[in-house]
Amino acid sequence: MTTLTLAKALNEGMRKAMEDDPKVLVMGEDVGKLGGVFRVTDGLQKDFGEDRVIDTPLAESGIIGTAIGLALRGYRPVCEIQFDGFVFPAADQIITQLAKMPLRSLGAIRLPVVVRIPCGGGIGAVEHHSESPEAYFTHTAGLRVVACSNPADAYTMIQQAIRCDDPVVFFEPKRRYWDKAEVDTSPGEGDWPAFDQARVARSGADITLLAYGPMVKTCLEAAAAAEEDGRSVEVVDLRSLNPLDMPAVAESVRRTGRCVVVHEAPVFSGYGAELAARITEECFYSLEAPVLRVGGPSTPYPPSRLEEHYLPDLDRVLDAVDRSFAF
Amino acid sequence: MTADASRGAQAPPELVQLLTPEGERVEHPDYDIDLTPEEVRGLYRDLVMIRRVDLEAVALQRQGELGIWASLLGQEAAQIGSGRALTEADMAFPTYREHGVAWCRGVDPLNLLGLFRGVNHGGWNPAEHNFHLYTIVIGSQTLHAVGYAMGIQRDGAVGEDGAATIVYFGDGATSQGDVNESFIWASVFNAPVVFFCQNNQWAISEPLEKQSRIPLYRRASGFGFPGIRVDGNDVFACLAVTRQALKNAREGQGPTLIEAFTYRMGAHTTSDDPTRYRVQDELEAWKLKDPIERVRAYLFKNQLADQAFFDKIDAEADELGRDVRRRCLEMPDPEPLEIFDHVYTEPHRLMDEERARFAAYLAGFESEESSR
Repeated sequence: MTTLTLAKALNEGMRKAMEDDPKVLVMGEDVGKLGGVFRVTDGLQKDFGEDRVIDTPLAESGIIGTAIGLALRGYRPVCEIQFDGFVFPAADQIITQLAKMPLRSLGAIRLPVVVRIPCGGGIGAVEHHSESPEAYFTHTAGLRVVACSNPADAYTMIQQAIRCDDPVVFFEPKRRYWDKAEVDTSPGEGDWPAFDQARVARSGADITLLAYGPMVKTCLEAAAAAEEDGRSVEVVDLRSLNPLDMPAVAESVRRTGRCVVVHEAPVFSGYGAELAARITEECFYSLEAPVLRVGGPSTPYPPSRLEEHYLPDLDRVLDAVDRSFAF
Repeated sequence: MTADASRGAQAPPELVQLLTPEGERVEHPDYDIDLTPEEVRGLYRDLVMIRRVDLEAVALQRQGELGIWASLLGQEAAQIGSGRALTEADMAFPTYREHGVAWCRGVDPLNLLGLFRGVNHGGWNPAEHNFHLYTIVIGSQTLHAVGYAMGIQRDGAVGEDGAATIVYFGDGATSQGDVNESFIWASVFNAPVVFFCQNNQWAISEPLEKQSRIPLYRRASGFGFPGIRVDGNDVFACLAVTRQALKNAREGQGPTLIEAFTYRMGAHTTSDDPTRYRVQDELEAWKLKDPIERVRAYLFKNQLADQAFFDKIDAEADELGRDVRRRCLEMPDPEPLEIFDHVYTEPHRLMDEERARFAAYLAGFESEESSR
């Protein structure tokens, strides 16, 4: 056991992957000497050299496009997109090429490319630095989309993403980068939870909160507060958004009969809509109330002085829990 | 602005040419080529064969057997010349019109037709031929080529026996961000890549003036690597110039931009109507520069081939056309459940779930049929 921040856990996970496989590369803007703007790649260039930890020109489409070419030559690039809002210049390469090229080749091509994206708000940043673009990517067939919520998962999930032969969009909850936790780095791959497996982060009997990435912690805090009111709240950390571990979700919701979905992204047409629809289809006779959604308003992300009003917090989650029980 | 009827009426001064439209060998101070008669006859055969495949594909589209076809008519020399400059270890990244390069890389022409017939989106194994899949979004493949070239560098495969990549794109693509980013990447990393731009003068209906104020090959200097313009209808010059650029790339001298100055004799695709935007005079002027006629004239004049040879090639081409047609018509439609194949490489529960549900749905019709 070792105490790691989430950022350091990612760093250690990448380091391990680079040690295990010489084909693993890290590439992105400022990932070298600086170690990335969040220091997630800190020290990697010093230890693995400039050929394996590549400071790229400042162009996101170029990062993903050349990563595809490197993957075609047998490499496993891990690309850092500096901030969520900067992924859009690369959207064409991700959506039209990375996601679709294996199918285009009828399986002859594998593209083990990881696209790391620090996501979400809560750090007082300027525009384009606080977004939650996951639904754009979960909607794109050919991509796997995952989100880690804590240091232990960060350590294993980044290694699983790198080992995966499919392209993976890997969301990192930037405001949780500095959260610390005990991480057991000793178990090998065989003992890790499956890459597409959800995790019950807290057991409960009365209602299920579904969350991923930065909102898992918020939901755990809400569950602790609700317990004081005598409500037993289960929190499920989805971890993998595409594919979704629907059996785990359905099992929890059938047991509790109530469900609230929580994410930072705008509610309208967000990932929660898919969850709500699927739960309604699969758990209809178990539901005591409609699936409720908590998320950002259907507006662009506001200036940072307003973000505390935009982001779901403990009170908004508890409010939704109350509304669910009011049915 | 209307189309400029004088476009290409005189050869631009910087153009590398080794074989005139009349079939005369000319000298160039920087480039030369020493081909055996057998090699020249081989190039002639390549040119004729791929034009025949192209002709057959256009006909198949007109008869409803292909959804669409992008003809290479007029660009045979640019593609065969550059394609024959590649070694086996080199990797080529095409657009959707590189039928001639595909031919040089040993891709069965039938595979090219599959995409346009709609039975797949590509479907050959790029690693088998060192010829990547056709890329339809304009310019995207330039970055893939540069990334691949960076992989060659990391494999330590730069050097005399090294490998290089070549990437094809058109004049319209030079306006794309990805193409410009690929120039920057290639330059900064000194990647072993040759950018082969077929300037066929038209991006669907938009003339070159809509893309650039300067000759395209001169763009390279701003990115810090050499650019050169070659007569794209001269298979000798295309071969010589590409061969040199690939050699430079392989030996660690970095990228080159080649602008092959040519002309799209046909429509952009079979869905296009060029009579709406360009004048017939322009076409007539370029007909006189046909890439095949000049090789034929050269062979004839220099007594390197006789009528029997030309007849034999024509017969072989006709046979290829018939063969491509027959196999195209025999190409089976894919099975409905193949929609779910190859979306992911590793098991994916959503694919499994949707495939199973769709299979059950389809099976419902079968049981209805059988109960009748």
